[in-house]
Amino acid sequence: MASLFEYAPAPESRSVVDIAPSYGLFIDGEFTDAADGKVFKTVSPSSEEVLSEVAQAGAADVDRAVKAARKAFEKWSALPGSERAKYLFRIARIIQERSRELAVLETLDNGKPIKETRDADLPLVAAHFFYYAGWADKLDHAGYGANPRPLGVAGQVIPWNFPLLMLAWKIAPALATGNTVVLKPAETTPLSALFFADICRQAGLPKGVVNILTGYGDAGAALVEHPDVNKVAFTGSTAVGKAIARSIAGTDKKVTLELGGKGANIVFDDAPIDQAVEGIVNGIFFNQGQVCCAGSRLLVQESIHDELLDSLKRRLSTLRLGDPLDKNTDIGAINSAEQLARITALADTGEAEGAERWSPACELPSAGYWFAPTLFSNVTQAHTVARDEIFGPVLSVLTFRTPDEAVAKANNSQYGLSAGIWTEKGSRILAVANQLRAGVVWANTFNKFDPTSPFGGYKESGFGREGGRHGLEAYLDV
Amino acid sequence: MSESSVRLNVFKTYKLYVGGKFPRSESGRVYEVSDSKGKWLANAPLSSRKDARDAVVAARKAFGGWSGATAYNRGQILYRIAEMLEGRREQFVREVGEAEGLSKSKAAAVVDAAIDRWVWYAGWTDKIGQLVGGANPVAGPFFNLSTPEPTGVVTVVAPQDSSFLGLVCVIAPVIATGNTAVVIASEKSPLPALSLGEVLATSDLPGGVVNILSGKADEMGPHLASHQDVNAIDLAGAGPVLAKELEIAAADNLKRVLRPQPVDDWNADPGTSRMTAFLETKTVWHPTGSLGAGGSSY
Amino acid sequence: MPTTLTAFADVTTSDSALRRFLHGLPGVDAVGLEARAASLGTRSIKTTAKAYAIDLAISMIDLTTLEGADTPGKVRALSAKAVNPDPTDRTTPMTAAVCVYPDMVATAKAALNGADVKVASVATAFPAGRAALPVKLADTRDAVAAGADEIDMVIDRGAFLAGRYLETYELIKAVKEACVRPDGSAARLKVIFETGELSTYDNIRRASWIGMLAGADFIKTSTGKVGVNATPANTLLMLEAVRDFKAQTGIQIGVKPAGGIRTTKDAIKFLVLVNETVGEDWLSNTWFRFGASSLLNDLLMQRQKLSTGRYSGPDYVTVD
Repeated sequence: MASLFEYAPAPESRSVVDIAPSYGLFIDGEFTDAADGKVFKTVSPSSEEVLSEVAQAGAADVDRAVKAARKAFEKWSALPGSERAKYLFRIARIIQERSRELAVLETLDNGKPIKETRDADLPLVAAHFFYYAGWADKLDHAGYGANPRPLGVAGQVIPWNFPLLMLAWKIAPALATGNTVVLKPAETTPLSALFFADICRQAGLPKGVVNILTGYGDAGAALVEHPDVNKVAFTGSTAVGKAIARSIAGTDKKVTLELGGKGANIVFDDAPIDQAVEGIVNGIFFNQGQVCCAGSRLLVQESIHDELLDSLKRRLSTLRLGDPLDKNTDIGAINSAEQLARITALADTGEAEGAERWSPACELPSAGYWFAPTLFSNVTQAHTVARDEIFGPVLSVLTFRTPDEAVAKANNSQYGLSAGIWTEKGSRILAVANQLRAGVVWANTFNKFDPTSPFGGYKESGFGREGGRHGLEAYLDV
Repeated sequence: MSESSVRLNVFKTYKLYVGGKFPRSESGRVYEVSDSKGKWLANAPLSSRKDARDAVVAARKAFGGWSGATAYNRGQILYRIAEMLEGRREQFVREVGEAEGLSKSKAAAVVDAAIDRWVWYAGWTDKIGQLVGGANPVAGPFFNLSTPEPTGVVTVVAPQDSSFLGLVCVIAPVIATGNTAVVIASEKSPLPALSLGEVLATSDLPGGVVNILSGKADEMGPHLASHQDVNAIDLAGAGPVLAKELEIAAADNLKRVLRPQPVDDWNADPGTSRMTAFLETKTVWHPTGSLGAGGSSY
Repeated sequence: MPTTLTAFADVTTSDSALRRFLHGLPGVDAVGLEARAASLGTRSIKTTAKAYAIDLAISMIDLTTLEGADTPGKVRALSAKAVNPDPTDRTTPMTAAVCVYPDMVATAKAALNGADVKVASVATAFPAGRAALPVKLADTRDAVAAGADEIDMVIDRGAFLAGRYLETYELIKAVKEACVRPDGSAARLKVIFETGELSTYDNIRRASWIGMLAGADFIKTSTGKVGVNATPANTLLMLEAVRDFKAQTGIQIGVKPAGGIRTTKDAIKFLVLVNETVGEDWLSNTWFRFGASSLLNDLLMQRQKLSTGRYSGPDYVTVD
């Protein structure tokens, strides 16, 4: 659509990042091939260009990495907390120094807009390491008794939606508390974790403290089930989370699971409307909606439904979809062909079930995986798009009449990760927040994250908390 | 004294405690409970999966009111339980002695410890929130507060050996923080648990907050562990095989699972971990606006 | 689309009706508003877009001098600059207007000599607005009579903050009438709220609606004489107000941020706000203005950089 004020392309330079043609597994401080020599390709979801070829870990590699982590545990856990802290501070600083490079890399490998990797992912990654660095020598004061002990080897499996940020959420508290880790990034986004391995090298981190295994779900399962792993941390789908919970039953492994969601974003008639519209957009279109805590169910008070929907449509029409490296891009690519197929199928189901589908006029690039921002109105609790996690840029709009009804509908879900409340009435915020069965409630804001703020779900959204003092518990023998 | 002057005891019919009422098992089944020397003590209801189901319904129904009660109110009620127990101390000394084969003085020590345990948790209700919650100093113009909230309906497989002190040690922390409980009493020694129901019923504890079932953990356990409206399970009294089976079943809706832990001495300081095991952390964000040099603000 | 105010006729029948209406407007969450403005501020405007934006910004400037020390010479120099901002490049657009005190209107008018640059005059006891109504109206009529094309009035912040909304409304209406010339045409009226003194965003939204209901042609942030003048956030809020007003009445109203906008980078951020909040309809100097003075030279230097590829310097733009 040509307009008077057409923004010229403003691409961030790719030259700040140097991606090698191939990468090995990072075990015991060295990059090595997989034992069986297997490799797989990682592509840029916005262009389908092959970025690199990485080693595909198997059970033998998992065993090797766990052994390395076990060996490193003895010294690492015996290190004074103040020394562990300094390693983590070093890592935080190096991440800050290399943040542009990492932002571009993450955008290339994940497909999310550079605006987000630059302004959200990377600052939060550095902040997370900085925050937990400070805890390493203060664990006696964390409320878990004197001299709380680490668990041992942590097996960590992370998703593709915030590759480096999820790595930070996992590795920073694990190392601060004296554990060593074996981490498996998602198969579609292995690169930033491998770059993190290089940061560990620059920081002089003792070998074996951090091990990175790129690979598929079988490697993740082997890691989780490895008998010498003491702690399992997983972020991903609820289905896999349940499988993990089953597989570790009867063991001593401590586990935290951060799983799916179907967050309700509740807008009352006295909401600050313009900010609510921004919050709704941010809630479901941030990272193409591929966010476990996305506000994917909009619950709007019936009396302002039409007005809000108009505003929302007008606002969606200004979203800029396209090259993720362009600094003006709001909506990037979907992470993979599989995810795109899933989103497409669920959206089609929504339409087939009679919900009213709307998308702004929006041209999709021919290569890569793309899905236009989509809004479903006339949705009821019975619709699939109101119940299933879509994990894509698809918003379902439902209505309510009273606060009680809003709460009842919001809680009517197997999930309980996030929720939003929009109203100018303070007491209503507190009353509704109190009633919502969700681990994170954003009132008059949405999708805010901070290393000091505990994050995690109720019900089938998982258990345990990441972030803040609470996040230490998962890695301590308490 | 002549035979005719001996008064015949009135036996007690032990019943379940579900939803504030004292039903028999819907199955109509009972099983024989005997003391440590094999002497018959009573018939206890042999609860079925349907009794367990009813108990979950009662516990869910009670959850809103109990979790919504003020912490002060919950503390007063837990303290009231201690008061009521104190009044029936002799009865429990006898029952615990018979159940666990303890001398009168040892049984008395156990009962006293159990009463004191209620007092300990009564004091915790309005303190745990400050201990595990608080404001988080986020890097932005937001007020950010984390508070603990009860997980919901908790199934408790009570300890098998410590039929009373152990029982109190697992029930009290669950309800102190606002959860409601479905308890499978010690299979071998359920009578103190069933009698505790009578104490709870007269302690202002709303019906349904604690529901006590007697019978077989391996019969009811799997149904409670896989029940989609149960949020957590404490496996304290489950053996390794049953514990693993229940933990696997609990994964169906991702129940919080507290695995069985070796307890040498139920008298020891319990710490807070039995409370925190059944607490969720809710974090609420709200913009603060800015009153800085920017002038124009909220 | 409706094009009348009839839907709002009841709103201004009494102080209490107006209060009810204004306090029924959606509240503004400060953090959210500022975050949105900041987020639009990260747009990266390059090459052709930047060239377009710079020329557009130049054409939207109300080139302003509002000093006690203003003299006819100063005003003549300013007028010359407005007509011919960059003597080295005649393709440079003229500014939208020059903005002066009422006693300088005639001087400016003469100096512009028929060029397509408007003369805007502040009035109504600018900047404090602390004068009796007849004085304010006389001030306005005087400027219009001297040839002002546009009047930049100030509201009575005291009345507004004391909750006398209807009085604020009536003042604007009265000034609007004073803008009418003998031939029936009228000077366009810009209403300055002095947002820095209104202090809260809720107040700015309410003041915007008072202004729009009373017949403002433009709503304007500030006088440039207080600590906080135009900001991306208060301008975004006023853009949302004119957007909503147009949606409900069909009547389009302009927006003028004034004070504190000194660099090209700043100006482009404001244009992005316009583009993404109200869109193309407002992307002309009929509907959007910058109240500024030093901004112009920065725009000119950036313009020279774009056309020559070299960074310019202050000696290559005129100082008046």
